[in-house]
Amino acid sequence: MPILDIKGISKIYGSVKALHNVDLAVEQGEWLAIMGPSGSGKTTMMNIIGCMDKPTEGKVILDGVDIAAESARNLTAVRREKIGLIFQQFHLINYLTALENVMVAQYYHSMPDEKEALQALDRVGLSNRAKHLPSQLSGGEQQRVCIARALINYPMLVLADEPTGNLDEANEGIVLDIFKQLHREGSTVIVVTHDPEVAQEAQRTVVLEHGRIARIIANGGPGQTNASRLEDGAPDSQSRQAAERSKE
Amino acid sequence: MTKRSMYFKMITSALIRRRSGMFVALLAVAIGATVLSGLVTVYYDIPRQMRQEFRSYGANLIFVSSGGDALSEEEAAAAVACIPEAQAVGIAAYRYETVKINEQPFMAAGTDLAGARATSPYWFVSGEWPERDGSVLIGQEVADVIRLLPGSSFTMTGTDLQGEAFSRDFRVAGIVQTGGTEEAFIFMSLADFAAVIGENGAFDVVECSVSASQAELEAIAARVTESAAGVAPRLVTRVTRSEGAVLTKLQALVFLVTTVVLLLTMICVATTMMAVVEERRKEIGLKKALGAPNRGIVAEFLGEGLFLGCLGGVLGAALGFGFAQLIGINVFSRAVHFQAALAPVTVVASVFVTGLACLIPVRRATDVDPAIVLRGE
Repeated sequence: MPILDIKGISKIYGSVKALHNVDLAVEQGEWLAIMGPSGSGKTTMMNIIGCMDKPTEGKVILDGVDIAAESARNLTAVRREKIGLIFQQFHLINYLTALENVMVAQYYHSMPDEKEALQALDRVGLSNRAKHLPSQLSGGEQQRVCIARALINYPMLVLADEPTGNLDEANEGIVLDIFKQLHREGSTVIVVTHDPEVAQEAQRTVVLEHGRIARIIANGGPGQTNASRLEDGAPDSQSRQAAERSKE
Repeated sequence: MTKRSMYFKMITSALIRRRSGMFVALLAVAIGATVLSGLVTVYYDIPRQMRQEFRSYGANLIFVSSGGDALSEEEAAAAVACIPEAQAVGIAAYRYETVKINEQPFMAAGTDLAGARATSPYWFVSGEWPERDGSVLIGQEVADVIRLLPGSSFTMTGTDLQGEAFSRDFRVAGIVQTGGTEEAFIFMSLADFAAVIGENGAFDVVECSVSASQAELEAIAARVTESAAGVAPRLVTRVTRSEGAVLTKLQALVFLVTTVVLLLTMICVATTMMAVVEERRKEIGLKKALGAPNRGIVAEFLGEGLFLGCLGGVLGAALGFGFAQLIGINVFSRAVHFQAALAPVTVVASVFVTGLACLIPVRRATDVDPAIVLRGE
């Protein structure tokens, strides 16, 4: 049973269809990349998966619950309990230190634990910068604080929006290494990205175009499982659907 | 770290590390609280200040005999005993008798001159107040008729209580101007009066200047009626009513100004907090994205507002007394009394007004949509 099962979702803003009848299933422990040009529906997709928006039509089953039918209050609880969000612009609270920024996520989730937050910072190599304010950190360091904050509550799903979009090559490498480590540890990761190199690290890449899934590419990512299946001529149902749609 | 300590950490960090944004709000609250504390101090001190001010307008309570005769010394003493010592500004008992100067009749008044001076500070005396036996104060009208100046001597004639004629020389110590009936009187000490007229142990009237409100004066009058038989207390209504009317108007003015200042403070805080919410939309969006419930966002922003209110209130309570003192010295030429109970009231009022001012901005904070404000570029 997939951890995330999207069934025929559409999102319409006035006369604009941001997403059109999208199906996608994400397995527990999978690393998925979502790519596409600007206006393809990536952000809408990310907002819906991240419980920050609801589809106009369709179902989004996360951990067995249709979040598309949940109230705003319940969606807040789902975000708190099950999702770890990583942002392109880091979105750290500028008047809190790195450590406190991580603890904010604990504060809303359960109980702030300084020791655990320090461990999370240590995991991203920033324990020595715990008392620094965001303005005293480099972009790469801020992104790592953002990752530590996303991971602190052991989320079921890590959702990253252009996590390397504002980083230089060196920091991009560091962040990707953290994602690889997360994947090895069994975390389910969905990364929205423009960068093919980042997408290539994932097991599968979903390419969105005009609000539809144009194709699903099985990469030679860390697990290589899907790549093998594609090579074997046995794409998953989403790949099949995408292939059919692209033929149409 | 507990949730509560993290909560305080967040709101204090927001205030301390973002001080430029919050300084305006704190300033508004502190100024509002200062004016509130200062004006309320004045509001409660005005009656005391004004009563003292009104005491310069003469007696506000007089005692006469209820039977139409003179008051005996015992009756006068019993009536005066009904006035609380701390509130008695001046008490002067008078005896009156017609006397003659150059065969022209005038009214002589024997009194305790020190008491008369305290009771009627508005008397303007050319020369000096009598300090020796045989010195008198004459009214301007008397001085004009018989052409006397301070330092002049004159001979007073008349008939004493025994019906015998007397003649005695007096020296004019000063000439009194009041613009009233007092200008037709000759004021002398009770000893001098008794020396020429004779001693009968009675007074025609006792004039009292009491630092009290009209209600307090009425209560004193009631006590006198009850405990001093034969004494009829009378309130000098032109003084007590004017005093009451002026006090009411002044207090209404202070109340109005205080209300307006509090409203302005509220508007200033609300506007500042609104700007703060606008400025921190991304932060609010982030917190909501991290799973903060609306009540959590409300608690944080309201907490910041209430913290500011408390801090501003404490500053205002401290500065307010200085402000009140400034008003007291410059307007009433008297220091105001420190009202200790006003400090916590100022803090609570500041917290309340700030909380009220934060309601709309906080409501707007909960409307922030994380999907919109956190959108990538």
